[in-house]
Amino acid sequence: MKPEPNAIPRLAPGVRLNDKDQQPRMLLMPERILRLNGPSSEIIQLCDGTHTVEQIAKKLHALYPRTDSQRITSDLIDYLILLRDQRAIDY
Amino acid sequence: MTTIAATPLTVVAELTHRCPLHCVYCSNPLQLTKQDVELPTSTWARVFAEAAAAGIVQADLTGGEPLVRTDIVELVKAARDAGLYVSLVTSGIPLTEEKLTALVAAGLDHLQLSFQGGTEETAQSISGTSSHRKKIFVLQWLKRHRIGVTLNFVIHRQNIHELEEMLALVEVHQPGYAEFASTQYYGWGLINRQALLPSREQLERCRETLKAAEARLRGKTRIVFVVPDYYAKYPKPCMGGWGRKLMVVTPEGWALPCHAAQVIPGLRFENVKEKSIPEIWGYSSAFLRFRGQEWMQEPCRSCDRRHQDFAGCRCQAFLLTGDAAATDPVCSLAPERNIVDTVLSCGDLRPLVPSEGNNNYVYRSNPD
Repeated sequence: MKPEPNAIPRLAPGVRLNDKDQQPRMLLMPERILRLNGPSSEIIQLCDGTHTVEQIAKKLHALYPRTDSQRITSDLIDYLILLRDQRAIDY
Repeated sequence: MTTIAATPLTVVAELTHRCPLHCVYCSNPLQLTKQDVELPTSTWARVFAEAAAAGIVQADLTGGEPLVRTDIVELVKAARDAGLYVSLVTSGIPLTEEKLTALVAAGLDHLQLSFQGGTEETAQSISGTSSHRKKIFVLQWLKRHRIGVTLNFVIHRQNIHELEEMLALVEVHQPGYAEFASTQYYGWGLINRQALLPSREQLERCRETLKAAEARLRGKTRIVFVVPDYYAKYPKPCMGGWGRKLMVVTPEGWALPCHAAQVIPGLRFENVKEKSIPEIWGYSSAFLRFRGQEWMQEPCRSCDRRHQDFAGCRCQAFLLTGDAAATDPVCSLAPERNIVDTVLSCGDLRPLVPSEGNNNYVYRSNPD
C-alpha cells in the first residue's frame, strides 16, 4: 500500500535504531538487522512519528539538491513501502 | 590460511533447560542441564556486557522456558543495559500480566510466543501439557505494550492441517511477524522423526496456503516459512555459517557455535565461566573447526553455493552420515542424499490419530 503524502511514518513496534554513538548505524528488528547508510539512514531517522511523507521528501530534496525532486519522491515512496512490508515501519 | 572471524551478531542465551512443556521436537539436547549448575545472574550480566563490547547486537533469551528463571526481569535489564536488542523466546505458560509489564519496563524489545498447534487438543498432544488457552490470554496482554511480537508455529505432520486455525490467530491478533517453522530433526525431533515428517503433498498445500496468507497480510504481519530441509534442493545456511554470526551459551555456560553442536564428537568447547566472549569467539577450537571453507570436502569445496549455504548443517551431516565434515545430506548434490531419500520413501507419512492410542511419541523430559 502506497503511503499518502500526509501519512506519518514511524518505526513499527519492536524496531529501533542502535545508539547514536554506535557505528555503523543499524535498525534493530526482531531476528534481523538492517545496516543503514546514506539516504536510508536519513529516511529512517525521519520516520519518527512527527514528519509526513511530504515533509520527509522536502528534507531529502534539501540534502540532495542536485537530484531530480520527482525521482527523490518516487524512490522515497518505494523505500517506505519496502520498509512497511518488512514490518520496519507503520504509516 | 587463517579465517578471520566476522563480528558476531547474536548471542543465544539458553538460560535454563527447565520447561513446563514436553514438546516432542524440542531443540534442547537429550542430556538436559540441571538447575543447580545453571549460571547465576551475575555471570549472564557479564556475558551480555562482553558480548555487546565485542560488537554483538542481539540477545535471544531462550531455554527451556526462560520465564522459569526467577531473575528473568534482571536478566532482560542486564542485556538491555549492555546495549543489546533483547528478545524473549517463550511458551508464555509461566507469564502473568504483571510479569510482562515488568519485562517491558526492563527493556524487552521483542517477544516470540511459541505455539504447538492450532487447537488445544493438538497442542496438548504435542507438548504433553495443557497450554494453548493460556497463550490466548498472553496475546491479549501483549496488545497493551508497544514491543515486537512474533507468533512462532512449529509445524510438522501432526499439525500442518491446522494452518487455517493458526492463521486465524494471526489475523485476529496481527503480530508484526508470524513464523511457520518446520520441525528440525535433531535431538528429540530426530527420535520422533517418523511421527513428525510431513508428506510432500502436505508440504505443497502448506506452501500454497502460506503464500496466499503472505499476500493477504502484507504490510500487517510478515509471514516467514521455514521449509523442512529434507524436502529442499539445497541445505539451509545453518546458523548463518558455523562461527560466523551466532554464539549459543548453554545454561551451564558452554559456548557453542550451534544448539546441537555437542552431538559432534571431538569438539572441545570453552565455558564463559573461564573465558571471555571475544576470546571464545576468536580462538575456541570448536568455533574454528568449521569456520570458513578450508575444512570443506567435495562437492562443497568447489561449489558456487558454498558462500551461500556454507555446506549446510554440521550436526545434521554428523547425525545422518557419521561425518561432521560431509556435505549436508539434504543437499541434492550431496553424495549421501540417498540417506534422506530413503527416510522420505520408507516412512509411513500418514497423520497419527492420538485418540486411537497410536501416539508413539517420546516426550521431552525435564532435568532431574
